[in-house]
Amino acid sequence: MTPEVHAPSGLELDRRAYRRRQTARSVLVSLGSTVVFAAVLVLALRSSPGWARVQESFLDPVVAWESLPRVLDGLLLNLRVLFVAALGVLVLGLLLATLRTLRGPVFFPLRALAAGYTDLFRGTPLIIVLYVVGFGVPGLELFGRMDAAFWGTVALVLTYSAYVAEVFRAGIEAVHPSQRLAARSLGLTHGQTMRRVVLPQAVRKVTPALMNDFVAMQKDVGLISVLGAVDAVRAAQIEVAHHYDFTPYVVAGLLFVAMALPVIRVTDWYTARLRAREQMGSLV
Amino acid sequence: MSDGTAPVLELRDVRCAFGDHEVLRGVSLAVRRHEVVALIGASGSGKSTLLRTVNLLEHIDDGQILLAGADISDPRVDGDRVRARIGTVFQAYNLFPHLSVLDNVTLAARLVHKVPRPTAEARALDLLSTIGLGSKAKAFPDTLSGGQQQRVAIVRAVVTEPELLLLDEITSALDPELVGEVLDLVRRLKDDGATILMATHEMAFAREVADRVVFLDAGSICEEGPARRVLATPSEPRTREFLARVLP
Ligand SMILES: Nc1ncnc2c1ncn2[C@@H]1O[C@H](COP(=O)(O)OP(=O)(O)OP(=O)(O)O)[C@@H](O)[C@H]1O
Ligand SMILES: [Mg+2]
Repeated sequence: MTPEVHAPSGLELDRRAYRRRQTARSVLVSLGSTVVFAAVLVLALRSSPGWARVQESFLDPVVAWESLPRVLDGLLLNLRVLFVAALGVLVLGLLLATLRTLRGPVFFPLRALAAGYTDLFRGTPLIIVLYVVGFGVPGLELFGRMDAAFWGTVALVLTYSAYVAEVFRAGIEAVHPSQRLAARSLGLTHGQTMRRVVLPQAVRKVTPALMNDFVAMQKDVGLISVLGAVDAVRAAQIEVAHHYDFTPYVVAGLLFVAMALPVIRVTDWYTARLRAREQMGSLV
Repeated sequence: MSDGTAPVLELRDVRCAFGDHEVLRGVSLAVRRHEVVALIGASGSGKSTLLRTVNLLEHIDDGQILLAGADISDPRVDGDRVRARIGTVFQAYNLFPHLSVLDNVTLAARLVHKVPRPTAEARALDLLSTIGLGSKAKAFPDTLSGGQQQRVAIVRAVVTEPELLLLDEITSALDPELVGEVLDLVRRLKDDGATILMATHEMAFAREVADRVVFLDAGSICEEGPARRVLATPSEPRTREFLARVLP
């Protein structure tokens, strides 16, 4: 019952066949070059004089298998901290960015505070923030006893919200001023304009950058181990001491990569999609 | 404060300067209800600036602006409430790219005028349908042609039934074949009794639609009067010069 389906011309069929052949060829070429490259790399490593020793102390399958459960347990803590910290970073970062866009003399102290904050925490190494927050702040005895993971989360939020605030601010500034003008002419207040018109566009613009920061934070959660929290890194450390073998570190490293991969892939996909939308209708 | 006889908009000796560059040098002008007034003048003569001062997007340095008889140039006046009573369309279509056509049109009604969403959407769909854009309600602005976008921007400005409509060269960013559909919509608004102050380069359109033409020259009104009279037989030499340049 379908209305006449257009039958492709012989010319078009030729073109399609040609494109298919080209695709098959390029897949083969890339496959071949990957195999050759990997083979060269493996051969070079294996022929190095210390290979046997390194293989034994870093790549021992038995140790890897035995240490896996503990390291995985630790990784669960990393995941929990990451989740809470990411939420905290988003909220605080957005708040800081919004504060910096406020106009008028009344808001000068808030603006200055937000600017000072981002300068301070973007400049300080995360490890220093971790030490100060993890060992210094509890000494004030203002709060009840909190565990190391809690203070680690706080330190991560403090540092990363400073970066994320700058990303948001760049996004806000990238929204064309005429958008703000159009919204205000409709009678929207400054706040409504920010919430309904500027921020939604800003967030879309900076999502790839934000996801990149998220990946960076994903591996930096491993640093909470310096406060004594038993996360994947600390668990690996304990296993290393136990087996007199460095393999658990490699296990932890691989687990961190595995944790980051999905986000990295999603970021790539999203960025590509944005680019595709912006270049709609062009093949180059 | 507003009585029925006051003009919708009245400017009294309005001055506006950027630094020491005087852009408006004492402009006095009234727009009565249901009247369409066209602002013409060379590029840089202050047309856009005048419209922005009415919208309180630009501070004036002297004079008074009255909306329905009430002084809106008083600093105690809430600019957001004033802008909510005035519809504005700019030269480049400033639709919000992250919102659908329908959301663009209903945003102010819902947020500013507190119209319930179903009511606002019904009215918006009604208006969009009358100009043949009903099927585009769910579309996003970047999938519309320039003329369609500009017509949506006009619908967005009039959906809340503003007392005054400000149009700033709404066709100058459009390809010639798209100008017609936008001007048709303005004609229709005039027939429905809208009060319009518009800056325009379309002299033929000004002659046809405007009741009055105001010729702005270097920040002052050089000549004003009935559209046909001013455009056909200008009395000021500067107006004649300008028209000779823009009319083929
Ligand atoms: N924000 C501003 N700061 C400084 N100067 C400005 C500003 N806005 C406008 N001007 C100046 O004011 C003058 C009038 O500008 P305006 O945009 O009102 O002209 P116009 O009549 O609308 O011109 P056009 O027909 O090109 O749109 C110009 O000389 C312009 O450079
Ligand atoms: Mg202008």
